[in-house]
Amino acid sequence: MTMTPFTCVTGAAVPLMRANIDTDVIIRIERLTSFQRDQLGPYAFEALRLRSDGSEDPACVLNQPAFRRAPVLLAAENFGCGSSREGAVWALMGLGVRCVIAPSFGDIFFNNCFQNGVLPLRLPIAQVEALAAQCAGGAAMKVDLQARTITAPDGHVSPFEIDSLRREALLHGLDDIGLTLKDDALIRAWQQADRARRPWAWPAAQGAAA
Amino acid sequence: MARTLFDKLWDAHVVRELGDGWALLHVDRHLLHDLSGPPALAEVAARGLPLHDPALVFATPDHAASSLPGRTPGTFPLGGRLHGALAKLSADAGVRFYDLGQPGQGIVHVMGPELGIVLPGLTVICGDSHTCTNGGLGALAFGVGSSESTHALATQTLRQQKPKRMRIRCDGALGAGVTAKDLALHIIGKLGAAAGVGYAIEFAGEAVRALDVEARLTLCNLTVELGARFGLIAPDRRTVEWVRGRNFAPTGEAFDAAAAHWLLLASDEDAVFDREETINAGTIAPTITWGTSPEDAIAIDGTVPDPSTAADDATRGAIEAALDYMGLAPRTAIAGTPVDWVFIGSCANSRLPDLRAAAAVARGRHVAHGVTAWVVPGSENVRRAAEAEGLRDVFEAAGFQWREPGCSMCVAANGEQVPPQARCVSTSNRNFVGRQGPGARTHLASPAMAAAAAVTGRITDVRTLA
Repeated sequence: MTMTPFTCVTGAAVPLMRANIDTDVIIRIERLTSFQRDQLGPYAFEALRLRSDGSEDPACVLNQPAFRRAPVLLAAENFGCGSSREGAVWALMGLGVRCVIAPSFGDIFFNNCFQNGVLPLRLPIAQVEALAAQCAGGAAMKVDLQARTITAPDGHVSPFEIDSLRREALLHGLDDIGLTLKDDALIRAWQQADRARRPWAWPAAQGAAA
Repeated sequence: MARTLFDKLWDAHVVRELGDGWALLHVDRHLLHDLSGPPALAEVAARGLPLHDPALVFATPDHAASSLPGRTPGTFPLGGRLHGALAKLSADAGVRFYDLGQPGQGIVHVMGPELGIVLPGLTVICGDSHTCTNGGLGALAFGVGSSESTHALATQTLRQQKPKRMRIRCDGALGAGVTAKDLALHIIGKLGAAAGVGYAIEFAGEAVRALDVEARLTLCNLTVELGARFGLIAPDRRTVEWVRGRNFAPTGEAFDAAAAHWLLLASDEDAVFDREETINAGTIAPTITWGTSPEDAIAIDGTVPDPSTAADDATRGAIEAALDYMGLAPRTAIAGTPVDWVFIGSCANSRLPDLRAAAAVARGRHVAHGVTAWVVPGSENVRRAAEAEGLRDVFEAAGFQWREPGCSMCVAANGEQVPPQARCVSTSNRNFVGRQGPGARTHLASPAMAAAAAVTGRITDVRTLA
């Protein structure tokens, strides 16, 4: 699967300012047994967006016209905690989200974002709240990965930090598997040495033992 | 330089340093289940790549399998499709596959240690966040998404950035009726669901040393609910004896050599952690959650919080939303809350000692009128062992349903759900909104506490049933 590069994104930012939004809430597990990865957008955040009769709840910020297809999502602490399901990222992508900004993220969700060309950006809660206030009416903000800056709707530009390897991979849509297989000789040499070092760590091939 | 247990395990698996704290890490064991396995195997095949080391990969259906007695792969049709895909792709790739009804089948984090697939000192991954469970054996085990799983199938490695290290020292001894599950919930309640984000957590101290291996697996299982991807407990003599004789464990002299290596896996005396926490295990009561995050944990004699006393608007809003979802009023005692369902199972609490603890409460009692109570053993081997020692009879005599092994109502991806607005005391690990089914109200607790709720029809302090 080739990854879409992430360079610069400009658009509305939907403020979903709750802590501990888990990946079960982002996408129900049942949807992952029934649909392909590019079909999940309509099922993102069902528990928040839909009323019990299945109709859209107009009070939910995700349903407001200004935020349909918003490329940025703003959240509070520990966004994407819980289950490792990569479908949570696919569902966000299906909604049009390319960047999530929060003070902290679930570790596995954080990794999964980078695997799919989605930028999870860590900013202090006060800064996320300030952005949420400015973006509440649907005003556009800009996230520039090349320059490592965000531009708030009022034009204020602030820098952000990101790991350099992750930034490179996102900017160029790098494929990790291709990159790692260039080191395959090294991997096989490590394995050969490890078989001598830790013979107990190496089960026999299938059919040869239990 | 002094190193933590985590550092030792990490360093021993570095194939190549990538800079900035990144490393190409060797993956010693890769477990696949019916939800995350098929897409990863299919993606590797679609890229035209072979599996790098199929002998290090193990597969079993658990998430989407029905737990209905006498089930077949097709009992839950969507699960049957995933089961078929996992079986076929595993066979094509030369991956060991443990099918429904076979010894070895079960919840990945139950069958892995049980078969000796997971051993101390190994790196273990699975497309499942509760892979941290295996840290209870002293393995460096962590959950990954589909893309990382695909990467590992194709290369037997992962590109990883080293996390920070935290140690949680649990001093003192757990009281009667207080288990590893209560300890875990207590820690999450005290430190918060985001406390472990970015950390690998080592559990240490007298109370942890005293836990049997299954209880250590339970404690490490809940590490991800603290926000951490890794949970760890240093292996000791108890671990070594637990591993001895398991299917994939080494034998004879090879076992002795391995055991000698395992017993060296401990944090150095003067190792420095990025964060240290201390818990007094002796003061912990049986613990249960009231809300929709595992951090919403309170002692069984506690009361549901009052949003009007919250420190800020965001906290108040979160408490109000949780109380509304859970159908609870502020300031009410949690004990005495009527329940509709009880679920005993999941990778947190479905091993033999868990079932024994629940059966000890159920024996000679009966499930209360109006309560549906399920027991879902964690693996086919657990099921058979429990039946052989009479636990099935105890549960069935008490009115519990005895079911087939799998994830069942913890993940609710198998047609098995708690009905909307029904209240369930569950031995699983997540009380998220909709986790056990849309509108389902989950209270996390230990197996003994779950059994106590089943037989009284209310959330009950199990210590009062002695």
